[in-house]
Amino acid sequence: MKKILLIFLFYFFFTKSSYALIEVDITRGNLDPLPIAVSPLHVDIKSEQFKEFKVKELGEKISKIIEINFKNTGLFNPLKKDAFVQKPDIAHLKPRFEDWRLIKAQALVTGKLLIKDEKLKVEFRLWDLTAAQEMTALAFTTTPSNWRRVAHIISDKIYERLTGEEGYFDTRIIYVAESGPKNQRIKKLAIMDQDGFNTKYLTLGNELVLTPRFNPTNQMVTYMSYFRNMPRVYLLDIETGNQEVVGNFPGMTFAPRFSPNGKKIIMSFAKDGNSDIFTMNLETRLVERITEHSSIDTSPSFSPDGKFIAFNSDRSGLQQIYVMRSDGSNVKRITFGKGIYGTPVWSPRGDLIAFTKMHKGRFYIGVMRTDGTGERLLTENYYQEAPSWSPNGRVLVFYRETKAGEKGEGFSAKLWSIDITGYNERRLSTKTDASDPSWSSLLSK
Amino acid sequence: MIKSLIYSISLHSIMILLTVLSLPFMLREPIDLPPIVSVELIQISDKTNIPYAPKARKIIEDTKKKEEERIVSEQAPPAAKAKEKPDRIPLPDEKKEEKKILKKKQNPEEVKPQIRQSSEFEKKEIVDANQIAALIDKAKEVEAIKEKENNKITQSTKKNSFASGLTLSEEDALRAQIFGCWSVPLGLPYDQNLLVRIKLQLKQDGTIMNSEILDHERMNRPGQKFYKVLAESALRAVRLCQPLKVPPTGYDKWKDLQLNFNPTEMLKG
Repeated sequence: MKKILLIFLFYFFFTKSSYALIEVDITRGNLDPLPIAVSPLHVDIKSEQFKEFKVKELGEKISKIIEINFKNTGLFNPLKKDAFVQKPDIAHLKPRFEDWRLIKAQALVTGKLLIKDEKLKVEFRLWDLTAAQEMTALAFTTTPSNWRRVAHIISDKIYERLTGEEGYFDTRIIYVAESGPKNQRIKKLAIMDQDGFNTKYLTLGNELVLTPRFNPTNQMVTYMSYFRNMPRVYLLDIETGNQEVVGNFPGMTFAPRFSPNGKKIIMSFAKDGNSDIFTMNLETRLVERITEHSSIDTSPSFSPDGKFIAFNSDRSGLQQIYVMRSDGSNVKRITFGKGIYGTPVWSPRGDLIAFTKMHKGRFYIGVMRTDGTGERLLTENYYQEAPSWSPNGRVLVFYRETKAGEKGEGFSAKLWSIDITGYNERRLSTKTDASDPSWSSLLSK
Repeated sequence: MIKSLIYSISLHSIMILLTVLSLPFMLREPIDLPPIVSVELIQISDKTNIPYAPKARKIIEDTKKKEEERIVSEQAPPAAKAKEKPDRIPLPDEKKEEKKILKKKQNPEEVKPQIRQSSEFEKKEIVDANQIAALIDKAKEVEAIKEKENNKITQSTKKNSFASGLTLSEEDALRAQIFGCWSVPLGLPYDQNLLVRIKLQLKQDGTIMNSEILDHERMNRPGQKFYKVLAESALRAVRLCQPLKVPPTGYDKWKDLQLNFNPTEMLKG
């Protein structure tokens, strides 16, 4: 009896241990755009009329903006609305998941809007169609004229929920709007939403303006202007329109940028053919010298933690990129490749530096790690420069000029964007020719 | 006079030679190599012991030759192949245990040489099959303990489930199927631990009866928001892929299956 029991136990032990749990490692996936269905927002029948637009069409319009935002990322594939089987109002309450799965959608966006007492209330839901459950749901109330921003904020929330990183849709881009023939260009400061809408001009175009940059709260802009033929760095309050010169330098100041906390402006000051980097504290107005070298040091850019500064200098003969501590110590050259490097810009994530490179007459926009390793050239063209990061550090905006003919014909300057993988290069729509873009941080943060 | 002339000529020629050899412009520019296209070559023949039919063998050998001629495949990192192989050398202590394992017949893949009919081609490998299988088992156990100790994923945690149920080709088929279904979220911080372990209970047709994220509690920890996004994407992949490509036989072996999703390498690359 004991023997039988032992054998039984042994057999039991044997069968249990022989089928150990099988583990399979999945280390790769696909990078195909995620198929997403954006159902038009249902307009509540209790909605009042609004003088600026047709309320009935608003649901459709908001969903269209969300779709375009997603398509432009290159990470999503918004499905065509013709294939949608469920009406917006029912889909928003409880979607029939199997119907949406039929058109190969993996995520679904539904929503509802109501205009009452001159207030626009928009709610949306994001559904995971494979798991048949809601992923997120939010509601916003604002003035009806803000409807485009609501669409951008919804896009940001969905993007964040599906990719794990912040979005960049509720943002603006400031740039230099250009018009006229090449030798008599009129340059104005302009600001627009990242999708090209709501363009506003901030200066009249009487003097040349260059390199506008946002401060971290997006309320102030620093730029360089040739006011009265004196090239200097200015500070502009977007809300009030107030302008002032930054610092009392006895010469030309240029290439300004804010520090990450917005309290300082870092810029170049040129005198007697030599230029060095200075900072000015906006509260105390104290000016501090950062570099002191007989070469041309310019294009400074702070790291997001404010501890380091990247800049370009020709101290080694050719223009190259250097990194130093924010007090100017410990200067290290980080680029050693062939060609000339310039306009270093530290990524908001802090892991990469974007730059412009010129080699054999061609211009490249690229990124590298902050120690100069891992250089990747993302795009090449006849002339392009001045990369600026999207707030999440995924996309770069820059400008590209075409080659002009002998009389300056055929010349144009446009804004382009590319993501850091080097794919998804797109032209941004601007009302006029445009250069020197600078991307704001998220407005709704 | 002649002596000094000879000195002069010889010294001058040395100088010229040194200049020619050391001047930078004399150096050839390095060739601009095109970016490396990674091609994963998986050799299943060593593992699964499937004797090739003469015709198939000829075709395979031909394609191998062709692949060797292509520069691309030469540049492909051989790492993928190496990872699949259990290259662990047993320590003396482990060898003793290994014998015990053989006696207890705990190894399900044990091959009985006297029963099995095989060609000359196979015989060499049969001798070692049990030992290898036992070693893999042992390697797996040790790795499992290590993983419990520090729950960090590294390259070495690549497992070989050949001994425990799926052959390499079966495992590769499953893996390839899930690769296709998994849309990796691109915004993940690749310097963090991105391992998502999903335990599945499968039906016989490969559909999913039950799925469970093993580190579920990590989803709600502060600063781990990305983990939720990642885990959800992995779950979506599994659900999209069903029915999973599982072998037609041996349901008991694979009815419980654990998938370890980790996009770190992919995101870094």
